[in-house]
Amino acid sequence: MAYVAVKGGERAIDNAHAWLAEDRRGDPSVPEISLAQIQQQLGRSVDRVMAEGSLYDPHLAALAVKQAQGDIIEAAFLLRAYRTTLPRFAYATPVDTAAMQIRRRISAVYKDLPGGQVLGPTYDYTHRLLDFALAAEGHPPAPAATAPAEAATMPRVSDILRGEDLIEPDGDPNPPAEPGDLTREPLAFPAGRDVRLQALARGDEGFLLAMGYSTQRGWGGTHPFVGEIRVGECAVEITPPELGFAIDIGDITLTECQMVNQFKGSKTKPPQFTRGYGLVFGHAERKAMGMALVDRAMRHDEFAEEPNAPAQNVEFVVYHSDNIEGTGFVEHLKLPHYVDFQSELETIRRMRREAEANAASLKEAAE
Amino acid sequence: MSIDLPGFADPVAQAQSTFRAVLDAMARPGTLHDAGNTLTPPAPLAPATAAVLLTLVDHDTTLHIAPDCVAATAWLTFHCGTAPASSPASAFALARTLPDLATLNAGTDEAPESATTLVLQVAALGTGPEFTLSGPGLKSPAAFRAEGLPPDFAARWAENHALFPRGIDLILCAGTTLAAIPRSITVQEG
Amino acid sequence: MNGYNFAYLDEQTKRMIRRALLKAVAIPGHQVPFGSREMPLPYGWGTGGIQVTASVLGAGDTLKVIDQGADDTTNAVSIRRFFARTAGVATTTDTAEATIIQTRHRIPEKQLREDQIIVYQVPQPEPLSKLEPSRAETRRMHALAEYGSMHVRLYEDITRFGHVAISYDYPVMVNRRYLMAPSPIPAFDNPKMHMMPALQLFGAGREKRIYAIPPYTDVRSLDFDDHPFRTTRAPQCCALCGADDSYLDEVVTDDQGGRMFVCSDTDHCESRQAEGHTGTGEPITREAAE
Repeated sequence: MAYVAVKGGERAIDNAHAWLAEDRRGDPSVPEISLAQIQQQLGRSVDRVMAEGSLYDPHLAALAVKQAQGDIIEAAFLLRAYRTTLPRFAYATPVDTAAMQIRRRISAVYKDLPGGQVLGPTYDYTHRLLDFALAAEGHPPAPAATAPAEAATMPRVSDILRGEDLIEPDGDPNPPAEPGDLTREPLAFPAGRDVRLQALARGDEGFLLAMGYSTQRGWGGTHPFVGEIRVGECAVEITPPELGFAIDIGDITLTECQMVNQFKGSKTKPPQFTRGYGLVFGHAERKAMGMALVDRAMRHDEFAEEPNAPAQNVEFVVYHSDNIEGTGFVEHLKLPHYVDFQSELETIRRMRREAEANAASLKEAAE
Repeated sequence: MSIDLPGFADPVAQAQSTFRAVLDAMARPGTLHDAGNTLTPPAPLAPATAAVLLTLVDHDTTLHIAPDCVAATAWLTFHCGTAPASSPASAFALARTLPDLATLNAGTDEAPESATTLVLQVAALGTGPEFTLSGPGLKSPAAFRAEGLPPDFAARWAENHALFPRGIDLILCAGTTLAAIPRSITVQEG
Repeated sequence: MNGYNFAYLDEQTKRMIRRALLKAVAIPGHQVPFGSREMPLPYGWGTGGIQVTASVLGAGDTLKVIDQGADDTTNAVSIRRFFARTAGVATTTDTAEATIIQTRHRIPEKQLREDQIIVYQVPQPEPLSKLEPSRAETRRMHALAEYGSMHVRLYEDITRFGHVAISYDYPVMVNRRYLMAPSPIPAFDNPKMHMMPALQLFGAGREKRIYAIPPYTDVRSLDFDDHPFRTTRAPQCCALCGADDSYLDEVVTDDQGGRMFVCSDTDHCESRQAEGHTGTGEPITREAAE
C-alpha cells in the first residue's frame, strides 16, 4: 500500500505553504524589507507589476512584489486577481498626455523643439559598471541639480508634424462609441485597434520587446523613428453623472511613445508619415517602445501591407502577449497528467507490439 | 409606482436557485420547475417570469419588452438595471403572446449564441394542448402541455428549429412554474 | 470568506456566465465565448471549471472535486478548499453523494444520475487547434461544420499505424452537429459521455469558452466504419480492489520494471474495497505487465 499515496495532499499543501513563507522571509537576522522601501527603491519593478497587473496602485504593487519574492510575473498575477474583484465606480475620461507634468521628454526626430529635450532620470548614458558604492549602503546621493522647465506646456511632436499635415491623423476617425474591454468581453476577430492596444498595454514587456525587435530585423519592418517619448504625471478625471462635469481624482505616472513610421500615400493622397503608439503605467520606456512598434506592425491592413511576419499577425500577438495566461498554461504542465500519460503508454505499447509482430511475420515470410 | 415592489429578498441565493431551475429546464426540455415563489412582481408579470428576468438580465445585456408587458417596464428597468431595447432582436425578449419569431435575432452561423432568448409568459404550464418534444436532453420523446401558445405553435417552432444551430431559445413561465424549449428541440402536436 | 461574495465571483459575473451556460446547453457542443475573469488560481489550473462551478453552485449543493480521478491530488484539494472557503458548501469524495462534480481528466466510473452535474476543466476547448491554430479560422470551420480535415488526420494515423493514435482528448461529435474536445480525459471515458443522464458542462478559462452537453445527448467518438472507435485500458486488475473493468494508473515500484496497477478513480476503488473486493496488493514484474 505504501506505493500508492492516495492521502496526504492537504497536508502536503499546508507544509509547502509554510515552507514558502519561511523561504520568502529569508534569514530572520536580516531586517525585513518594507513596502515603502520597495515602492521607493524598486520603483521600476513596481511600475512593471502595475502595468502588467493592469492596476495602478504602487502600494499594492509593492506588496505583490514582496509577496512574490520579486517574481514580477507572479506579482502581476496577484494584482490581476485582486483587480478582478473590484467594483467599477466610473470610467475615466481620456487622459491628456499633452498636459503631462514632464519628468523626461526626448525626441529623436528634432534637434530641438518647444519645451526642449529633457533627459530626466535615465539609464541611457550610464556606463553599465557595477557601482560598488551602492553596496556600501547608507550614503544618500547628493540632490540632483534642478532647472525651471523651459516652457509651461510641451506640445507633442506628433502635433507639430500634424500641423504641417505630414503625419496621419491621430486615432480612428470613426471611433467606436465605447472602447472595447478585453477584461469583460472575450476577444473576437477582426480585433479593433482599441482592444489591441489594451492587450499590448497589459502585455508582457519581454514579449513586446522581442516582437518589436523582430520588426527592426525585417520581420514586418515599419521604418520607425522615435517621434517622442515622454514620462511624467497625468491627471485622471471622471465625470460623475450627478455632477455633469469632470473632476480630478488623482495623478498617475505614464510613459508614452509616439513612433513616426514609414510614410504612405497614393496617387490621390499625398504621402504622410504613419503612427505607432505606446502608453504604459509608470516609467517603462522599453515597453512603451516595443508596444508602439508592434502597434504599427499590426496596422498592416490599414496601409495595404502584406502581413507575413509574426508581429503583424494580430491573433498571434494578442493571444500570446499576456504573461498571466502564458505562465498559467506553461506551468500547468507541472500538474499531474498521469491519466493521459497512461493512455499514451497503452497506445504506444500496443503499437510497438503490432510493429514487432509485423516485423516478425515479414522476416518469417522472407525466410 | 410599481418599482416600490421589491425584487429578490436574498438576491444571491434566489438568483442561484432560479438559475438552477432555468438550467435544468433548458437541459431537460419541457420539464416543469418552480421559480419565483416569494416574489410579488407588478402586473402583468408572473412570479416565475420576474424571477427569470431578475436572474439573467442586467445592464450588460439587452431586454425588449413587448407591448403586452410594458406595464412592468419601470420595475424591470429598476431591478434589472437595464434600459428597455427598442428592437425585439435583442438578447432577451419578454412577451405574453408568441411574437413572429423572425422579428427576433436567430444569431449567426459563427455566433449562434447571440440569438434571442424569448421569455414567454403563458396562462398555464402542465395543462392545455399537448405537444411532443424530442431532441437533446430527452431520453425519449416527452409530452408537454401549455395553455396560451398559438394553435400553429408547432409549425412556427419547426421553422425556428430548422435554423439550427441558429434559432431562438424559449423560456416559458406561468405563475410560479417555468419550462424551456431550446432551439435544438423538435415540437410536434399531440 | 470576508470581503468576497458567495462562491467568490460577483453577481454580475455570475449572470454573464449563467447566460453563456444556457446558450451552451441550447447549442450542444458549441463553444460559447464568455468574459472569463482572472481568478486567484493560475490559468490552466481549472479557472474555467471553477467559474462554471461558482456560477452553478448553491448553498444546498454537495461538491466533489477530482483530478486524474482522485479526490486527493493536490490541485483537487486546492480547488475543493477554495469552494469550502468561499461558498461554505458541503464537500464529499463519494461520487454518489455529490450533486456537482468538478473534474480534470476523468469521468467517474460510477454512472452519474439525472440529479447530478459534472463540470469539466478544459485546457484547450478547440478540437481543431492542432490542425488549424487560428481561432478566427476554426470558428468559421465550426460554422460550416467543415470537419473533413479531422477525418483526414485520423485516417493518416490509420494509414501509418493501423489505427487512430489519439489516446486522450479524443474528438467527439455532439448531437451530430459539432465537433467537440471532451477535455483530456482518456478515450476510455468517451463512451460515458454518450446519453449520460447528468448534465455535462465544460469551462475553459484561459481560452474563454464554455460549452455543454445536455443529458441524453448523442455523443460519438469520431471513427470509420472499417475502423470503429475502441477504448484501451491497461489489461490488468486493480491491485487494491481487483476491478478488471476500471481505468488503471500504473505506479512504478522499483527500477527493475516492477509496477502496480490501481484504479484511477479512488472513490470507486475505496467503495469496492469497503464492499469486500480485494486485489493481490502486490506489484507485478515487467514480464507480467507486458
